[in-house]
Amino acid sequence: MNIHNESAAVHHHVHRDDIGAKMGMWLFLFTELLLFGGLFLVYAVYRYQHTEQFHLAAMELNTGIGTLNTVILLTSSLTVALSIAALQKGNKFLSILMLSLTLVFAFMFMINKYFEWSAKFSHGIYPGSDELLSLPNGQILFFGLYYVMTGLHGLHVLIGIIILSTILVMIIKNKITFDNYAKLENSGLYWHLVDLIWIFLFPLFYLIQ
Amino acid sequence: MANGTTTVNEKSFYQQSTNKYSGILSWLLTTDHKRIGIMYGVTILFFFLVGVILGVLMRLELMAPGKTIVDAQTYNSLFTLHGVIMIFLFIIPGLPAIFGNFFLPIQIGARDVAFPRLNLLSYYIYVAGALLALLAVILPGGAIDTGWTFYIPYSIRSNTNVSLPLLAAFVLGFSSILTGLNFITTVHRMRAPGMTFFKMPLFVWATYATAWIQIIATPVIGITIVLVILERLFGVGIFDPALGGDPILFQHLFWIYSHPAVYIMILPAMGVVSEIIPTFARRTIFGYKAIAISSLAIAFVGYLVWAHHMFTSGMSDTARWIFSLLTFIVALPSGVKIFNWVATMYKGSIDPKPPFLWVMSFIFLFSIGGLTGLVLGSLATDIHVHDTYFVVAHFHFVMFGGTGTIFFAAIHYWFPKMFGRLYNDKLATLGVLGFFIGFMLLYFPKFIMGYMGMPRRYYDYLPEFASLQLISTIGSWVLAATIFFIVGYLIHALFKGPKAGSNPWGGVTLEWHIQSPPTMENFKEIPKITHEPYDFSQLKEMKNEYS
Ligand code: HEM
Ligand SMILES: [Cu+2]
Repeated sequence: MNIHNESAAVHHHVHRDDIGAKMGMWLFLFTELLLFGGLFLVYAVYRYQHTEQFHLAAMELNTGIGTLNTVILLTSSLTVALSIAALQKGNKFLSILMLSLTLVFAFMFMINKYFEWSAKFSHGIYPGSDELLSLPNGQILFFGLYYVMTGLHGLHVLIGIIILSTILVMIIKNKITFDNYAKLENSGLYWHLVDLIWIFLFPLFYLIQ
Repeated sequence: MANGTTTVNEKSFYQQSTNKYSGILSWLLTTDHKRIGIMYGVTILFFFLVGVILGVLMRLELMAPGKTIVDAQTYNSLFTLHGVIMIFLFIIPGLPAIFGNFFLPIQIGARDVAFPRLNLLSYYIYVAGALLALLAVILPGGAIDTGWTFYIPYSIRSNTNVSLPLLAAFVLGFSSILTGLNFITTVHRMRAPGMTFFKMPLFVWATYATAWIQIIATPVIGITIVLVILERLFGVGIFDPALGGDPILFQHLFWIYSHPAVYIMILPAMGVVSEIIPTFARRTIFGYKAIAISSLAIAFVGYLVWAHHMFTSGMSDTARWIFSLLTFIVALPSGVKIFNWVATMYKGSIDPKPPFLWVMSFIFLFSIGGLTGLVLGSLATDIHVHDTYFVVAHFHFVMFGGTGTIFFAAIHYWFPKMFGRLYNDKLATLGVLGFFIGFMLLYFPKFIMGYMGMPRRYYDYLPEFASLQLISTIGSWVLAATIFFIVGYLIHALFKGPKAGSNPWGGVTLEWHIQSPPTMENFKEIPKITHEPYDFSQLKEMKNEYS
């Protein structure tokens, strides 16, 4: 066998298929849903086993901050959708503005989350703390799940921030344009997913009391 | 050389790079699905051989009662590493990543997969996962000793490096998901004109069904693994019985992935069988639609049987008999396949070339694996043989005798296409034989020992098992020697073998219409599909294509 290479570069079959790209993105989002699905399953089982304790533990959470964060994320879903619409209409400036706003909201969400978590920490409620371990098992599980689920969601927000910032730069550099916006659209889909998952986390932890 | 065709060869994909580099970089940065398939091939084969060596070491320890070469703790690490490597690094990615990558696009008449760069990324994620797993062995703390199932609570109490291999499994799962996502999109978006779903070769169908399982099942193990790691790092409590967590819940989540994973392993193998049998029986496949649909049926029903691994773990009786019943039901679509294969061979003009012989060996070994699976799926008998060598024998028969055998069948079937060379048929026939004999010697005694009560995962045993254990160890030598022999003559053929024509076996699916090895773009023009996938009347016109 003659394994030597032609040094002249050949243009490989780069082909553009926006529908295919979107299909891939939906499949990916599907796996994300299943990833969180596992956690929702665990939540359901333990809530069923420790209804009373979950109820008590949930009262410790700050519904105010939770609601605020819900509003922030919902609004950011709107701005990212507007950013796509703006670019489709050829309004690059508006698109950039809306995307930047989305990023601002994302940061606000994380800052709130930071304060919320650190308040819990300062009350000595974190995995493995003496304070937490002195509580009944059901409450330990509640807070365990609270940290894991909101933590994993927070990680997704962080990843979203990275993705959206990259997209923002690409729009500015005209790599993403009004006739080639599949990447923006797919990142928007990802962001909606992050939002959607929060929509489930919020009532499960903050509202059902 | 069967048809004696000499092809008017254009530059093959080995000679033409997809990027501006030449040499090693043209491989490491390639987006060509064929090169990526081969890179997977080399990497996976390497880990397979490592796994084999670990297996042989275990057998050496078990050659005689008492301590032979390693102590109990080392034995624990040996079977864990062997299991992790064989499952996560060899058998799950094996067929889809190597042959799926290489042949799925060609068989549907495409130039590449839907996302070529993502494909390369999946490869590197796989490598990263593999390196993490290896790193865990050399780091201080000791190699993981939990068994490949990572059962709680031991996996949160063990002082060995457990988190790193767990992370490795997570990363490997991510690679698997990306490959699955890529294949599904490829099948939906890249089929050549005229290639309807029911004109796709059955290997494509099987890989497609597998891709769905990869996507649907893998995230569940992903999150479960993350939970165990968090449990170890922070003591969250979700699985820790001391804090109210439920170890049985871990087992459920683990098997919700790991049973479907069995189908990730076997479905592509069944697809390969459905390719090889028509080619060597010169007959169109019997029951094409039934085979295609049964892949999807297996993928679906295979979801609902996970708890048959937990009959002795503690579950309600109702749950146990439902899971047992469903387990029996999955045997149906598998049976549909076996009968259709046999019916395809009936009255065919069979040419017993090595790939076909591998398939025969597969049908035999896999049937034993499948039938003993029914023993384990029945509640009463499972209680008796649970966690004994019976289980060890059973899963080696299905995974190794099933998918592993087909891994070799696929190499022998597609080798001339991938490398443009032929290997020696006589040596290859010897290979099948040696493999079969070694395999039976190695694993069949384990059924008997298991039935007699020899528990799995022990480095020592009672004297009454001594002779059977010795036979098994001798079998491991025969088997391992044969495997190295096969690798040897294949490598020799790679450099010294006679040139293969474009269609040495007389196959009719699209890969046999193009030159060996294919060009970088696979097809000069995207073909228009008019024939059924296994329509051998095409062979006549095909003779003119290249001669
Ligand atoms: C020459 C090849 C092989 C030999 C000699 C071998 C031998 C063994 C032995 C002795 C054990 C431990 C039994 C016990 O003490 O419980 C074992 C376990 C195992 N083997 Fe193999 N094996 C081979 C190939 C394979 C292959 C190809 C696969 C997968 C496709 C595989 C998958 C496993 C798994 C999953 C376990 C269970 C590990 C655990 O208990 O956690 N083996 N093998
Ligand atoms: Cu199973």
